[in-house]
Amino acid sequence: MIIRWLVKPNMYQDSVKLMKLSAEMRQLDGVQQASVVMATEMNKETLKEIGMLVPEVAEANANDLVIVVAADSEEQALKAIETAKNLLAGSEVKQVESRLQLPRTLRSAVEALPGANLALISVPGTYAAAEAFKALNLGLNVHLFSDNVSLEDEVRLKEFGVEKRLLVMGPDCGTAIIDGVPLAFANVVSRGKIGIVGASGTGIQEATVLIDRLGAGISHAIGTGGRDLSDAVGGRMMLLGIDLLEEDLSTEVILLISKPAGAQTTLKILERVKRCKKPVVMCLLKGDLSGAMAAGVICAATIEDASYKAVALANREEPVTIPENFWGDYSEQISEAERGLRPGQRYLRGLFTGGTLADEAMVVLGSIIGDVYSNIPLRPELSLPSSRHSMGHTVVDLGDDEFTRGRPHPMIDPLPRNERLLQEYADPEVAVILCDVVTGYGSHPDPAGELARAVVKARTTYPENNVVVVAFVCGTDADPQPLSEQVEVLEKAGIIVLPSNAEAARVAGRIIKLHESRGVQ
Amino acid sequence: MNSSKELLNGPVKVVNIGLESFAHDLTSLGIANVQVDWKPPANGDPQLVRLLSLLEEHAEYINNGNKQAVGRLLDARPKLVDIAPAGDVIPGFERRMLLHSGPPISWDKMCGPMRGAIVGALIYEGLADSPKEAEVLAASGDIKFAPCHEYGAVGPMAGIISASMPVFVIENETGGNRAYSNLNEGLGKVLRFGANSPEVIGRLHWMRDVLAPVLRKAILAAGGLDIMTLTAKALQMGDECHNRNLAATSLLMRTLLPVLCKECTGGELADVASFLASNDHFYLNISMAACKASLDAAHGIKGSTLITAMARNGVEFGIRVSGLGNEWFTAPAPYVKGLYFPGYSDADANPDLGDSAITETCGLGGFAMAAAPAIVQFVGGTASDAINYTKEMYEITLATNPAYTIPALDFRPTPTGIDLIKVVETGINPIINTGIAHRDAGVGQVGAGLVRAPMECFTAALRRFADVIARQ
Repeated sequence: MIIRWLVKPNMYQDSVKLMKLSAEMRQLDGVQQASVVMATEMNKETLKEIGMLVPEVAEANANDLVIVVAADSEEQALKAIETAKNLLAGSEVKQVESRLQLPRTLRSAVEALPGANLALISVPGTYAAAEAFKALNLGLNVHLFSDNVSLEDEVRLKEFGVEKRLLVMGPDCGTAIIDGVPLAFANVVSRGKIGIVGASGTGIQEATVLIDRLGAGISHAIGTGGRDLSDAVGGRMMLLGIDLLEEDLSTEVILLISKPAGAQTTLKILERVKRCKKPVVMCLLKGDLSGAMAAGVICAATIEDASYKAVALANREEPVTIPENFWGDYSEQISEAERGLRPGQRYLRGLFTGGTLADEAMVVLGSIIGDVYSNIPLRPELSLPSSRHSMGHTVVDLGDDEFTRGRPHPMIDPLPRNERLLQEYADPEVAVILCDVVTGYGSHPDPAGELARAVVKARTTYPENNVVVVAFVCGTDADPQPLSEQVEVLEKAGIIVLPSNAEAARVAGRIIKLHESRGVQ
Repeated sequence: MNSSKELLNGPVKVVNIGLESFAHDLTSLGIANVQVDWKPPANGDPQLVRLLSLLEEHAEYINNGNKQAVGRLLDARPKLVDIAPAGDVIPGFERRMLLHSGPPISWDKMCGPMRGAIVGALIYEGLADSPKEAEVLAASGDIKFAPCHEYGAVGPMAGIISASMPVFVIENETGGNRAYSNLNEGLGKVLRFGANSPEVIGRLHWMRDVLAPVLRKAILAAGGLDIMTLTAKALQMGDECHNRNLAATSLLMRTLLPVLCKECTGGELADVASFLASNDHFYLNISMAACKASLDAAHGIKGSTLITAMARNGVEFGIRVSGLGNEWFTAPAPYVKGLYFPGYSDADANPDLGDSAITETCGLGGFAMAAAPAIVQFVGGTASDAINYTKEMYEITLATNPAYTIPALDFRPTPTGIDLIKVVETGINPIINTGIAHRDAGVGQVGAGLVRAPMECFTAALRRFADVIARQ
């Protein structure tokens, strides 16, 4: 038996508390006897009786706190003393439980949640960068959902993040899935071997949903924020994300989702991808694939194709382009829908809540119906003079800054799209309205129901305009708004629902095209 | 230290700042998370927000400074070692000098109670024969006025200390530094509230000639008294050692009684005993000096944002910061919100006065309010208010003091060591539990209540701190 002790001079503690503490110490492995007491004459007498009054304790006085432990080994005795010291200092976890109020700052929140490793920040942009800095200083990874953070701050944050090997996802990062945990706007998808790094929130959401739909799963989905690939930011987080997924044991295939990037950054990313030890698929939405292809990188022009290729690689198959009619043959539905159109109906109007979904639709539509006007156009000359008024074929991103200033995002608040839908429906030249429905955490509790009601209202208001409505639901059955229920609600309202966003755009485009060709005949 | 690599290995534990729905979603999934009750920092002042961000870039430097300062504060072991005339023990004390509470102030700007106390002190010292003469002398420039704080001393209310006044000598055993405070005279017509009648002067003479020597004998015979132990025990007995000192005073008497009986003659002992028995606040000045000794040990550390003094002179409220040397950062002294003794009202109150906020600076007083439910009614609140005040103070302190625990908070250690940055960031002003002095000299205490340290002191100090860091 080994006796070890510690004297803390002039440290008064209540005796009841000390008795409790002594009892707790006696529960520890290898501890035969333990006593935490004030060194009063009486207590010293008791210690003497049980043979634990060592000379240093005998010399201590009534204002001194003493810890005496008898244990099987030195190590166990010292460990018990350490435990007692910590309990005396006040166990932090226990203290937090007794704290009813919420912490007021990041710093105190970290004290309240030992082991915290990520700060999810969605405060107004003016304050967001400062909170993100605090988080990094506290050793937290950052998911910066807030927008309106300056480019300068973004660069500083990411430089600091890279220095500390901490993620800075954002600013304006709508989604992430880390270790299976959906953050902010995210769908509930199967876990699997495909890791994503993406500069687009809805792009990541669509990719995770399609990968899930194709029978594969996600290891992690890391968002970078839309500006990460600009030359000013230099792809810092995409590069860190690639590093992480390359090392991550659960990831076998990496999918990168990017929008047109800065020239230098594109080179940097391609260079990194070529060195990557794991297969990488690169989705370059709205971008020029030739450089990447020349570099021998597997690439794709749509999220749909990129997801298909990533799943193929995860299944150890050839990453070929998604076959035509992969999801099915919709020719019959297309013909049926077209038959209901009048001769003057010729335009497509896409009303999107997800920016990347709008981008992808425009890419697909461009090869079917030609130029599409937009507030986020593929080419500058296709920019809408006014975002609030469509012309010709138009695709609008209703989640763009000018629509969300001072009001919630349309994924949360469906009203702006409902109003815009009525406006488009009223236009006798409109043939097809194409929509996205984004479910999952963060989104409206019933986005399909909202869209369905808006369509029914439009049909009742303008019965003479028989506009075809086509939609894609970006969601899964595991989402809080289950996919099957959402699809059912839409189909009941006569909306044509397709399994991918690209397919929805293709079907919508083909309806227009078919109607056009009949008109010519 | 976290890294992004470890994050991917999970489990993900989230601090959510902003949209509460994100936290609800995580909770519904069983993911560990904590929601921050977030408000724009510094009450949304853009300039301060910018300064806070700038300071955030120096977090490591500041953390190191604070670690050192807090270490010294928590390691301090204040011991009452002696009682001696101020002029004999306080280094640099001059014959024609008077110390006062709060930040520096000149005679012409002083509040009523402080002027009254100065008049009394000059008569007490034999430097003037009448109040009129004393006022002329005080205004003549022939008397040096200085803050107690600048001489290692503290004094409640007017805080006047003159050369021949006996002071408690507190020695910090770990740091070796000393702090001083005068002896508490009791309530009613007393010098610290500006009274200067012959009765007041007479009592001061008795304290000098009888009380101080008797106590001194007892203290020396006891080999000094460990003040932390007394304070720790008093916190378990319903004191917060600023506005309630009943338990601590009783414990002090009990501790001294055996030596007093042995060392003193019967007559002296009876007088001293009845004086102490009628003064619930006798321990206050000792508590204050012990806090001062602890905080002085933590003062003057580069990069530290620890507040080492909060003090009021009845006109201005001032603070000092460990890393900013001896500069005071001041704002107009606020009025105390509280309850008045019968016959008095807001109109009678003097703005906040005295060095006693040194107790809050050290984690006692308002910061330990949860330990003293008995007096919350006195300051117009409920027992749960008391608990909430203490809980709120954890948001602005750098540490907790394991030596001082609060029964009502499950023996949680007291919030200790006010952080300049946290105060400005959260917009939470330190809470002070204090007495209210009558605005006219000599009327005395007219009530008690709570007061918040003015934010302007802290924002001014933060600006200076940012300047100093930027110049490095």
